[in-house]
Amino acid sequence: MSADIAITNGTIVDAGGIRRADLRIENGVVVEVGEKLDGDTVIDADGLVVSPGFVDLHTHLREPGDEEAETIQTGSRGAALGGFTACVAMPNTNPAMDSLAVVQQVLDAASDALCEIVPSAAMTIGRAGEQLAPMAELVRAGVRVFTDDGTGLQNDRLMRTALDYARGLDHLTDGFHVVLAQHCEVESLAAGGVMHEGEWSSVLGVPAQPAEAEELMVMRDIALARLTGGRVHFQHVSTRGSVSMIREAKAAGLAITAEATTHHFTLDHSACRTYDPAFKVHPPLRTQDDVAAIKAGLLDGTIDAIATDHAPHTRQAKERPFLTAPPGMLGLETAFAVANTELGADIEHLVRLLSVNPARIAGIDDRHGGTIEAGRPANLTVVDLDDEWTVTGAAMASRSTNTPYEGRTVRGSVRHTFWNGEQVVDMGEATR
Amino acid sequence: MTATTLRQRGPKHLLSMADLDRNDIEQILNLTESFAEVGERSIPRVPALRGKTIAWLFYEDSTRTRLSFETAAKRLSADTMNFSVASSSVSKGESLRDTVETIAAMGIEGIVVRHGAAGAPRQVSEWTDASVVNAGDGWHQHPTQSLLDLYTARQHLDELEGKHIAIVGDIKHSRVARSNALGFSAMGARVTLVAPPTLLPSTLDGWPVEATHDLDAVLEDLDICYLLRMQLERQGQAVVPSLREYHTEYGLTSARADRLPNDALIMHPGPMNRGVEIAGEVADRPAAVITEQVANGVSVRMAVLFLLLGSGLDVVDEQRAIA
Repeated sequence: MSADIAITNGTIVDAGGIRRADLRIENGVVVEVGEKLDGDTVIDADGLVVSPGFVDLHTHLREPGDEEAETIQTGSRGAALGGFTACVAMPNTNPAMDSLAVVQQVLDAASDALCEIVPSAAMTIGRAGEQLAPMAELVRAGVRVFTDDGTGLQNDRLMRTALDYARGLDHLTDGFHVVLAQHCEVESLAAGGVMHEGEWSSVLGVPAQPAEAEELMVMRDIALARLTGGRVHFQHVSTRGSVSMIREAKAAGLAITAEATTHHFTLDHSACRTYDPAFKVHPPLRTQDDVAAIKAGLLDGTIDAIATDHAPHTRQAKERPFLTAPPGMLGLETAFAVANTELGADIEHLVRLLSVNPARIAGIDDRHGGTIEAGRPANLTVVDLDDEWTVTGAAMASRSTNTPYEGRTVRGSVRHTFWNGEQVVDMGEATR
Repeated sequence: MTATTLRQRGPKHLLSMADLDRNDIEQILNLTESFAEVGERSIPRVPALRGKTIAWLFYEDSTRTRLSFETAAKRLSADTMNFSVASSSVSKGESLRDTVETIAAMGIEGIVVRHGAAGAPRQVSEWTDASVVNAGDGWHQHPTQSLLDLYTARQHLDELEGKHIAIVGDIKHSRVARSNALGFSAMGARVTLVAPPTLLPSTLDGWPVEATHDLDAVLEDLDICYLLRMQLERQGQAVVPSLREYHTEYGLTSARADRLPNDALIMHPGPMNRGVEIAGEVADRPAAVITEQVANGVSVRMAVLFLLLGSGLDVVDEQRAIA
């Protein structure tokens, strides 16, 4: 019999609600939830919250292709430190994850990761928007989420085809509906704009894209979801218009889901006023009104999940001018604290947004999210809701430092993370 | 005394007209007058910046601005250094910071930057101890152009307070428009932007201006009609149906020029597209001060370089030193 671990005196928050209970982990599995439990190792969680591990629907791990910015190992360490036990790896690697070979390469590289790396795959070959990736083959290999993230699939007919084709894959997934996750941005209207079109882009003289570049594709994909019955997930929703269309479409019964990033509900386009490329991101930081709408959407359930869109870039890449620097921000190590500080959601809802809902969307709720009960894999995070700390990019596990929250004081910290029963974070430090 | 405001505030850089208030601008324009006098001497040179080195960092093609800055630096006896940058090197991935640190390591006091990306000079200023002058950044700012326009206008109109300037043309993509909207309004002038909606930013919140799509409605009220260069490739981007239609609706035709008040100025930052934003004949009228703008550019840039890189004397002493 292997050594067991007891987590005692904590408050368990999961899909079932909130309760005081101890739990015991053995052989990677929660074996007991109850009162006054003991183990070979006892972790006192008095005053702390024990949650199912967080699940990030949107992580750029950069491997293969840009290992100077991040690797699966360093990214997963950051994820574990951020309380995540699973990350859906975005396929815009180099080469793109559009074939079994590259997906397998990612899974192999994930062998020493500190959390589960869930590969998504490109919808189209090379993310070029022209020819569907071998979806059935990829689904057989375990892929459940397809996306050309970084760009939206521009071609209306091809998007319809992808949705129709995906409907025919249920027999490979025990009935789970494969998800087509869309980065909504109509390129011809976005016209190369690198920030939100509004009063700041006007004064700064920076080429910009209007909110409507996102909203037109949200509108189209809602229409195509209605037409095909296919399952669409809206990535990094950033505008008030998108939120209200999604709210309406859900009310009409469409099987759509949505995520929002922490930066889209905490930062607005005025952050770009110093031309610091740390604040360049796609979709761009919007207005205060959009920020309020994203928050409201997260609070009322219109937006199902908080995702990080963790997008590491090297220092030298972010030291190019705003116009040419690559878009993207770090997120894994700050998401929980920023959401806890800024969103105004109670911890039960935060757990839904960071764990329960994204696990369900990604089709991994057999082992992540859900409830903490005997027999479930021990994917857990233990957080302190009140601990205050100051964000420092250089102190992060990520190979990159491009956090938009540098110097900001946030509230809430991850104390322990367990992945399949292994303690990968202990007292806020990665164990390997 | 207001004349020393700029020095007392200790600005190291000139990045945007937003950095300058009315007193600052007046100080620069007054100093420009002194330097204009230097330009008229048989040997148009003063030792004001002897021993100082200025580097040109031009990521974007420029002839007139570059020559104007070079002439200004030479008349101030500064040493100059040209860092030749292929226009595409940044987009190929070179770190702007590495370039700047390389130049700075050679020991310089000033960097004059032109860059196709808005904000690049500001980034440069964060990576060097040298003074940075923005010689044009994307659609953002071109402050010395605005200063030379203000100087030229002031020479003719005496006082800019209460005067009415129309800036006509491709406002959206124009650093000259962004600079002059701030510069002229800081001096108390009323600024009206005239353009079709496709050549205006989608919002003018934060701009101290009015805007109209009807040039004919404002002509008779103007003290200055400032025409922007119409980028010929905009036609292909379908922001105007044709250059012919643009000329008909927004060009300063002979008939429109006739309707300007007698003492109104016609200005243009150059280079002109005769027959597009301005009728060829109109550009040669006495009211058109376009070549004067170019001549004044040298004196204005002398004043700017001197104020940023000069000896640290107060302005009165400086003016005496070069007298």
